[in-house]
Amino acid sequence: MSQKTNVLQKAGSFLFDNKVMIAFAAICVAAIVLSGSPMTFIVDGVFTRITRNTFTVLALIIPVLAGLGLNFGIVIGAVAAQIAVFCVVYWGFGGFSGMLLSVLIATPLAVLFGYLVGKLFNRMKGAEMIAGLILGYFADGLYQLLFLVIIGGIIPVNNPKLIISGGVGVKNTIDLTGNLKYAIDSVRMVDIVTVLFYVVLAITLIKVVLHLLKKYQLNKGDFILFGVVGLLFGISYIPVIERFLSTDRLGLLDALTAVLIVLAVVQIIKIVKSIWIDKQPAKNLVKPILALLGYGLIFGLTFIPEIENMLLFVKLPVLPFLLIAGLCWFNHKILSTRLGQNMRTVGQSQSVAMASGINVDQTRVIAMIISTVLASWGQLIFLQNIGTFSTYGAHTQIAQFAIAALLVGGASVQKATNKQAIIGVILFHTLFIVAPQAGKQLFDNAQIGEYFRVFVSYGVIALSLAMHAWKQFKKEVQPPAEGIDLGNSALPPVVEKQQILNK
Amino acid sequence: MKTLKNIYENIGLPRLIIGLFFIFLVVTSIVLGFSPAALFSDVLRRWLMYGTLVLAMVPGIQSGIGLNFGISLGISAGLLGSVFAMEISFLRNWNEVLGAGAPWLTLLLALLFGIIMAAILGTLYGMLLNRVKGSEMTVSTYVGFSVIAFMNIVWLSLAFKNGELSWPLQGRGLRNTASLSGSFGGLLSNPDVVQSTQPAWLHWLAFKIGDFTVPLGLILVFALLCFIIWLFFRSKLGIAMSAAGENQLFTTTTGINVDGKRIQGTAISTVLGAVGIILYAQTYGFLQLYNAPLMMGFASVASILIGGASVRRAKISHVLIGTLLFQGILVTALPVVNEVIEIGTLPEVLRIIISNGIILYALSKTKGGNQ
Repeated sequence: MSQKTNVLQKAGSFLFDNKVMIAFAAICVAAIVLSGSPMTFIVDGVFTRITRNTFTVLALIIPVLAGLGLNFGIVIGAVAAQIAVFCVVYWGFGGFSGMLLSVLIATPLAVLFGYLVGKLFNRMKGAEMIAGLILGYFADGLYQLLFLVIIGGIIPVNNPKLIISGGVGVKNTIDLTGNLKYAIDSVRMVDIVTVLFYVVLAITLIKVVLHLLKKYQLNKGDFILFGVVGLLFGISYIPVIERFLSTDRLGLLDALTAVLIVLAVVQIIKIVKSIWIDKQPAKNLVKPILALLGYGLIFGLTFIPEIENMLLFVKLPVLPFLLIAGLCWFNHKILSTRLGQNMRTVGQSQSVAMASGINVDQTRVIAMIISTVLASWGQLIFLQNIGTFSTYGAHTQIAQFAIAALLVGGASVQKATNKQAIIGVILFHTLFIVAPQAGKQLFDNAQIGEYFRVFVSYGVIALSLAMHAWKQFKKEVQPPAEGIDLGNSALPPVVEKQQILNK
Repeated sequence: MKTLKNIYENIGLPRLIIGLFFIFLVVTSIVLGFSPAALFSDVLRRWLMYGTLVLAMVPGIQSGIGLNFGISLGISAGLLGSVFAMEISFLRNWNEVLGAGAPWLTLLLALLFGIIMAAILGTLYGMLLNRVKGSEMTVSTYVGFSVIAFMNIVWLSLAFKNGELSWPLQGRGLRNTASLSGSFGGLLSNPDVVQSTQPAWLHWLAFKIGDFTVPLGLILVFALLCFIIWLFFRSKLGIAMSAAGENQLFTTTTGINVDGKRIQGTAISTVLGAVGIILYAQTYGFLQLYNAPLMMGFASVASILIGGASVRRAKISHVLIGTLLFQGILVTALPVVNEVIEIGTLPEVLRIIISNGIILYALSKTKGGNQ
């Protein structure tokens, strides 16, 4: 009996905690049904957009962690990326080396910008979000000044493909076909494996040397990593596998199968470990076995013709997905570092952080630098995938859409995870794809659907900011029973008094 | 020396820079050979055009909600009032029945509808802002954006008969810009319109002295609104509101209902927004629907800050000075820039940089050193 209520309670709190996500998922399903678009089209579109946008959305997580709220300032990272792309295209570089050059130019720019933004935000604690929003517009103005007036007007640039015919200002769109388009997407898997192998080889060699110098203790993990990567590198020479790996796109079906196999292997290792090594009771086996059955079921579903066709149709670019996975790993790992812990403390309460000797301002600046750099890389991924660089438009909506996507995934101003980011991107962009068609079916007007999705993206941000502020305000008026809640308040009453005194 | 320093401190660095820049632009344009009369009539026109929208910031700031980026709510109410009034005027065929009185009635009806809707929306909006104290600006910005996005859907779904408003050959949807030439466009400010549609005894509403246009009707209306607001903040109600905005704790102890005052301030601000957009459209001659008002809140906020207001204190003089400087720069920059280098978009870029730069500056002043 008690267990039953427990389950009900759990289900209830799950529904409550994920209400935004669930509501949005419902809207998405309704829109999909209404639009009548084929699933192949939707799934293909969603995966394209995941490739393009997830990296940028993930760049928002660290500032949330550090208590800076939703970073509307990522526009500035995008601007850094766009300056780099312009330079690279102007100098005539292209392909993967051109992309590397873009990264080399964009990163220091983004570090500088992030540093400045961080410094600015330290002067406006409690108003970071509105400041970031305005800062984004301000940066857009400076960017337009640079691209419309200074390039050509002050710096002589002679390239009729890039410059407006009068000789001053950059054209509205820059075609990236033939230089940076698909520079990241089209990296072949076999090249990734090769590079990975040599990198791991180099790391392992360094570790071995350090071990011999008695400065580092080699452990089991090092050997396993080297073994797995070496094995991968070895089997890439088997003709069949080599042919498979020498493409740059991975079919969704293959990707799904691979993921399921890896997951299944992990679960089997768990089972084996718990039976023969840890000798735990059989009760602990329920979860892994259920998981295995689940994987089997999913794999079985792929044999249904409709689903199989859909999965065969969608092709994923490999490297962007690996980069996204890498960023997820980074966001996760940083929590266990000293820096990550400091950020978390600062995010929870600045006064507590200061009392425990953390340099609050510096930690916040570092969080902003990381976020800005990541956003600039995200913009590079976005631009190379989309293939045309809209000079004055590519960066304007990026913060808006990235933040809306993150919030749709169930994140809030104070809490955001990788999972929420990914779910958010999927849901938000599903709506983006199907809304015009749904609007057409429902109101006989595709434009209404388009306006609806814009409304949703603004509305979800408004709602979530309001809910956050409300919660914050309630906390301030009626302090919780446990007492201390020193930090986090947007503008604590003490400060208000101080300001009046300052006048 | 001391008085000089005092004056400098009173004016403040940003206002000084922007003021000098404006004077520089004016002098340059006159040196370049532009007619001062035409230039100043343009500046005057733009000053009055945006004046009421900037005036709408005052009750918001004074009542303590800060910079009201959510003025879009009032703007939407005003636009909605205007299109309803125009549709009714078209359906009742006022232009033929009433003659010269038709635009007046349409204008009054638009104001009436706009004010009623803005008062209701503003009250609700004020109640929302009372629940998000401390983050009003962030929330109001996004509420403003959401309202504009929502109104896009409304504009697209309205099925009106008036050909000035709706797209031809389509059952539904309103135009992006609807001309007001057959309605109240230029009624208070355009000499040509006044002369051709109004009887002789109303010709004083707008006239020309040489090249210089005097939109006397609009000047009077704007002056009246400023006077009403000025008077209001000298009344018992207004003083209580200012007190509520300045120091909540103190005001609560004196028995003033702070939350109520904040709601009133927000509602008045929203109503002024509705009136402001109608006067704006009247002067401009067109109703701009869809995304056109998206950034108007930012322009209004920037104007009053340029005028010397802070996030917590604003006066009518700030409205007048700020709007004059901000709009003046935008008006005079265009011909000057076109003469020097041919980049038509530079004034627009300037607008973005100045308006957002000044907002950032004001924010860094108010919330600095919050430890």
